[in-house]
Amino acid sequence: MSDNLNSTPDPTDPAGTRADIIAHAKSMVEKLESGDSLEAFKVLEELNKAKDVTLFEELGRLTRSLHNAITDFHIDIGLAQEDQKEISRISDASDRLGYVISLTEDAANKTMDMVEEAIPSAKMIQTTAADLKPEWDKVLKGEIDPAQFRALHTKMGVFLDGTITASEELSQSLSNILLAQDYQDLTGQVIKRVIQLVQELEDSLVDIVKTAGTVEELAGIDKSTSKAEGKPAIEAEGPIINKEARSDVVSGQDDVDDLLSSLGF
Amino acid sequence: MKILIVDDFSTMRRIIKNLLRDLGFTNTTEADDGQTALPVLKSGSFDFLITDWNMPGMTGIELLKAVREDPSLNSLPVLMVTAEAKKDQIIEAAQAGVNGYVVKPFTATVLKEKIEKIFERIEGS
Repeated sequence: MSDNLNSTPDPTDPAGTRADIIAHAKSMVEKLESGDSLEAFKVLEELNKAKDVTLFEELGRLTRSLHNAITDFHIDIGLAQEDQKEISRISDASDRLGYVISLTEDAANKTMDMVEEAIPSAKMIQTTAADLKPEWDKVLKGEIDPAQFRALHTKMGVFLDGTITASEELSQSLSNILLAQDYQDLTGQVIKRVIQLVQELEDSLVDIVKTAGTVEELAGIDKSTSKAEGKPAIEAEGPIINKEARSDVVSGQDDVDDLLSSLGF
Repeated sequence: MKILIVDDFSTMRRIIKNLLRDLGFTNTTEADDGQTALPVLKSGSFDFLITDWNMPGMTGIELLKAVREDPSLNSLPVLMVTAEAKKDQIIEAAQAGVNGYVVKPFTATVLKEKIEKIFERIEGS
């Protein structure tokens, strides 16, 4: 065949896809012009094959690297020994995210358990102190008789004992709440890995799109026809993490209230 | 006062439940999405519905629309408590007949304010 097939590599097309296709096309035109349509169709077939092979090779390569990324994913998370044991049962990214959900759920429940335990202790100290205050004020003003003072004396002793116990319980709950925050470290690591995996996946998909785009462009496929029509339905999006950068979201409850009042609420 | 709390996260249901208890509302029931909430609403005489937006199965906005279309439920006050913060969504909820809209993360004060406002308006009308 002609020299075109071995032309200088194009820097934007290192694999030589474009050069290859152009060479085939030229050869097809030559065959057609010389009246050899059978040969021309053979070249056309080769051209198609070249397109498919490029796309399939690229897809194959990406699938392999994606597979490797997922396999490597659970090997080197770098957690402590016992956590490693826990994590070794987890074999892929979605399980890992499930692990994040269960850790955060446990931590939230543990924290709420502690808060629920602490509230009665705090309430007890508050109500007993509030109870004693008027009587204590009487002592300070010298308006108390000896019998009342003896009763207050006993009450005060009970209050102090109760306060010691209740504040010990409070401290215990507070340090348990502190300990329950240990999930952040573990989930942070897992989420980082998942973000990395998603980025690798995105890069791979962009590569596929680029490859497919080059082939389509060269094959003259019109992309405009595939555009979706009509107004898309509003989809749930979850927490907005970049409120400042977006104009289509509210920045807080005040904005919601303003918007609703502008609608007549 | 019988209140149904609908959210797919049990921790969020628990937080709302605790806040409501502090506000003096102790009669609460929970559901984890619109699909499970709707039969519960139909079977019991609820006075108030607090729902999230983004849930699997049936979302909060679909639940709101279903409630407004049901003759036995259409006057039920509905408060949306959600992380969904797009203006279009708030407008859609308003058009669907929501009584209040609270964006997460929220405070106990905001929740209290919105609930009180809804009841004031209902008693006033």
